[in-house]
Amino acid sequence: MHAHLVRTALLLLAICSYILVHPQATPRAEGATPEEKGLQIARDTRERARGFDNFTAEQSMVLRNKHGQESRRQLRVKVLETDGGGNKSLFVFDRPRDVRGTALLVHTHKKKNDDQWLYLPALKRVKRISSSNQSGSFMGSEFAYEDMGTQEVEKFRYRYLRDEPCAKLTCTVVERYPTNKRSGYTRQIVWQDKGELRVWKVQYYDRKNAHLKTLTLAKYKLYLDKYWQAREMNMVNHLTGKSTVLSWNNYKFRTKLKASEFTRTGLKRVR
Amino acid sequence: MPLRTAFHRAAIAAVSIWATLLLAGASYGAESIEHEFSGSLDVDGRWYPQTGAHPEQRAHASGFAAEPKLHLKGEGDWSFTVAPFFRYDGADSRRTHADLREAYLLVFGEAGDGEWELRLGVDRVFWGVTESQHLVDIINQTDLVEHPNKESKLGQPMAHLTWSAEWGILEFFALTYHRARTYPGSHGRLRSSIIIDDEHVSYESAAKEWRVDLAARYSHSVGPFDFGLSVFDGTSRDPFIAPHIDERGALSLRQHYDKIRQFSLDAQLTVESWLLKLEALHREGARNLLGMKEDYAAFVMGGEYTFNSIFGSAADLGLLAEWNYDERRERSNSEFQNDLFYAVRLALNDTQSTEVIAGVLADADHTTRTLSIELKRRLSDQWSMKLEAIVLMDVEEEDIIYDTRRDSFVALNVTYNF
Repeated sequence: MHAHLVRTALLLLAICSYILVHPQATPRAEGATPEEKGLQIARDTRERARGFDNFTAEQSMVLRNKHGQESRRQLRVKVLETDGGGNKSLFVFDRPRDVRGTALLVHTHKKKNDDQWLYLPALKRVKRISSSNQSGSFMGSEFAYEDMGTQEVEKFRYRYLRDEPCAKLTCTVVERYPTNKRSGYTRQIVWQDKGELRVWKVQYYDRKNAHLKTLTLAKYKLYLDKYWQAREMNMVNHLTGKSTVLSWNNYKFRTKLKASEFTRTGLKRVR
Repeated sequence: MPLRTAFHRAAIAAVSIWATLLLAGASYGAESIEHEFSGSLDVDGRWYPQTGAHPEQRAHASGFAAEPKLHLKGEGDWSFTVAPFFRYDGADSRRTHADLREAYLLVFGEAGDGEWELRLGVDRVFWGVTESQHLVDIINQTDLVEHPNKESKLGQPMAHLTWSAEWGILEFFALTYHRARTYPGSHGRLRSSIIIDDEHVSYESAAKEWRVDLAARYSHSVGPFDFGLSVFDGTSRDPFIAPHIDERGALSLRQHYDKIRQFSLDAQLTVESWLLKLEALHREGARNLLGMKEDYAAFVMGGEYTFNSIFGSAADLGLLAEWNYDERRERSNSEFQNDLFYAVRLALNDTQSTEVIAGVLADADHTTRTLSIELKRRLSDQWSMKLEAIVLMDVEEEDIIYDTRRDSFVALNVTYNF
């Protein structure tokens, strides 16, 4: 169950990095190779996600199997940007009720492994847990851990494929290849609109290069005139027919979060 | 103080505090106080396939438990939490008990580059890293009638001050009242041949249960390494069980609590899929199994390795091994005097968070093996279940747990969480 919680939480981190994008366009290198062009888009996306300082939000997840049966997850999230380029995040689980009050503290580092502590309210125990738990589904959902770990630029190699219309916008289509050997994917294809660099769609290809899953993002909203957040994300597994819809609610940016909430002492105080 | 009286007092205190807070909240502008009500209701059944080794012991026990929790949070940095506990057991009247698990005021604020935190009232505190036993964990008394794994703890009245910053976490505890351990009654299983008196408890300290025990702890996390150094000076949580013969010549067993001093270390190294763990202590002033005072050292060391996504599935498989050692060996009053623990943890990572843990605790000094298997599964958003079996095998007469040799059991818990 711990692994589930961790994975769920890491998903949230990933989502932050997916969708915190800045509306100003930066000039793209002309005449660059497809590899350089793809890398540049990833770097621009990362640049635009910076400077939010902190935010809080609520998240709900609906898991559906191929027969349409549903189960739900609910969490609260707090994220604090730190000076070193990493983040500190706190996740508190509200549903299902058997994990109510369970909380996860993550200190994300740019280069070294993340530090993670799990708080188990029944025993009032804080457990340091491994962050190398890279693969597999979490909480029975269609998101895998690696879909969620922060989408650091360095975690992929890139290749720009083409521009193409997506809804009323024009999207760049970039293929990226995970550098982690433990990855369950050979490649991913990412659709991002050219103006705002919002991610609209990701296709995942498994180790046999079969089209395994598709993620679509919707209900983007602009916060602080600067950060685009998708409030709905839908992951569909084409092999099993299962799907997971993630919804984000009640985003609040630059709240009065204190660094002391993101410590092991603060972890024991969460509700 | 007799246990039962203590429980009644605790229960009455909980109800009064609760009522007062609700009234206070209502009269002082309830809008400024957020409240949250949560908790669980649990129905349990235990079946013992073998008849008891001692007369009167029942083959089956079932009942229920309730643990509601009220949390009030005011404007500014304070909160109040109350969590009473009640269990009814159909077989053992001693296991039917109430406790105040938590009833504390929490305040905190900034202190220089770090912060301070103060908890006043009844609370639970956990120290440690290992799984087979919680060796260094000492703040709270064990609520042994709940489960032989000693993981359930009685609420402990205390003042708990924390000061933390970049350099780590420093904690001070003043523990103002001693709770005696709970033991099964005559109809209960997993007990000594003579039941342990719960009304006559003796103390080395002249202040008896009112002696103020002190503890301090420094803990820190440096890269992949987490550790805690603790000291405890006060009345032991582990009783010495002394035979007592009354005026009429009837034999009983009584709990006696000595003053001890304990220094301990708990540490964990987290590297990739490995968790390497150590708990060690040095204790002064405690009596050994023979009733003599003997200073001693004990430790638990071991680790856990997790294989993720085994056989291309979503499941994770964890392997655990720990060595428990107490240098008093046959003079130790702990069953972990020289025991190896091996376990397998399988987490299916499905929608129901199905998890199976199977383990064996093998006594290296005796033939005793304790097998345990636990299956946990969520049934719905609010319902969950746990199926458990504990099998005691080849318990030698010399083993400290010999009296429980026929107490293997199967248990089923169904829990409603809210």
